Amino acid sequence: MEKYCEITKDNYKSYVFEKMPKSSHWKNMFWAFLIGGTICVIGQAFIELYKLWFSIEDASVLASGTMVLIAAILTGLGVYDNIGRFAGAGSTIPITGFSNAVVSPALEFRSEGYIYGVGAKMFLVAGPVIVNGVTISVIIAILTLIFGG
Amino acid sequence: MDYYKKRTLTFPNSYVIDGYTVAGPKENDGRYKGFFDLALEDDMFGQNTFERAERKMFEHAIDGVIGKANLTNADVDALVGGDLLNQIISMSFSARKQHAGFLGLYNACATFAESLIVGSCLLNNGLENVVCIAGSHFSTAERQYRYPLELGVLRSPVTQWTATGVGATVLSNQCETSTPKVTRATIGRVVDYGIMDANNMGAAMAPSACDTLVTFFKDTETSPDDYDAIFTGDLGKLGSDILLDLTKQEGYDISAKQHDCGASLYWDEQQTYQGGSGAACSALVFNGVLLGRLRKGEYKRILLAGTGALMSPTTSFQGDSIPAITHLVEVCF
Repeated sequence: MEKYCEITKDNYKSYVFEKMPKSSHWKNMFWAFLIGGTICVIGQAFIELYKLWFSIEDASVLASGTMVLIAAILTGLGVYDNIGRFAGAGSTIPITGFSNAVVSPALEFRSEGYIYGVGAKMFLVAGPVIVNGVTISVIIAILTLIFGG
Repeated sequence: MDYYKKRTLTFPNSYVIDGYTVAGPKENDGRYKGFFDLALEDDMFGQNTFERAERKMFEHAIDGVIGKANLTNADVDALVGGDLLNQIISMSFSARKQHAGFLGLYNACATFAESLIVGSCLLNNGLENVVCIAGSHFSTAERQYRYPLELGVLRSPVTQWTATGVGATVLSNQCETSTPKVTRATIGRVVDYGIMDANNMGAAMAPSACDTLVTFFKDTETSPDDYDAIFTGDLGKLGSDILLDLTKQEGYDISAKQHDCGASLYWDEQQTYQGGSGAACSALVFNGVLLGRLRKGEYKRILLAGTGALMSPTTSFQGDSIPAITHLVEVCF
């Protein structure tokens, strides 16, 4: 590497950064778009299906529940992590990703029992999302109250 | 014991009697298919938890290597080794079934090379037979260091795959037949070049590997040309590339001799990105492959440099960089 005529402790991090293989952003975005979009299309199809019998509000809730259930089953069958390996955010961001984030530690820590294992570790991954989501909602609600809306 | 200069030791009578390996299914599908004494079809190994499976692999490897060396459990004076789990549970729990004295070691993925050094030192102090052992299990390491197994996440291209396997070696202070010997070793020191990314362990470990190799060459007044092969533990492909740059800068060109146990463990199609990592890499390759090649005469003198990244999830979350260590042993036949 001609740029680094001498690799030292100081320039080591930038030397490594230049040398390391990078994730292909275009490829990742393509798969995230395709898989994430497909998940949303399936969700929409369930809404349309449930609308045949229920109101739009109820149909939406039922469709979300169905998607969570499907993702939980796929996690249990060991399929969801394979999808996530190339879909990235495409399978993390939809509600199915949340289901995967709760079910996977629950399965993993089943070996430590229902209290200290499943109970304590179930929200290992999803916990920060819930805590930060609730905190930010409260902050936004206060701001809305103060500045009107 | 003869102290060489600085950190390098010599061992007059550390004979490698035999080695035994237990490998996971993915490892036995890799480049070294068929080289292992026991290849598991299922990484649960008939147990109900992965931790128990790893423990059973250790128990099998200890009994296996003792049997292969034509010894009985009562002949073994000491057991030295460790694994990657907190409190080195796999090693300690499997030692319950043995009569031998036990020294538990932890130097992450450098543990196997460390165990050969400690074992050789014990032989120089009157013990007759020592079992040196190290291993790791993908599923136990993954949940301790990273994410639950079934969580769908995108893996960074610099990640490695923790190898499932255990390798054990019997060292003795005498041997009637001709057998490979551990002749010299350099004890590593902890080197930290400030890498923060726990996925990029190869980059974190390469400076320590360079430090130990260069120290060995200087202390023993040898050069890479004196060796048939130099095997690093689990630097992976990127870490190996960095090591070649670093050693070249120090005036030693090891590019023709360097192989990495981790990087060579899997085929590219097995999607391990930079290759294998974990204490199993050097333990599997040394006992499963290198001992055989030494016996066949393909190699006469080799170096095994076990590389270890000494971080924990706690230190990573607290924003600390990754310290690394490399222990080196010279094995001749």
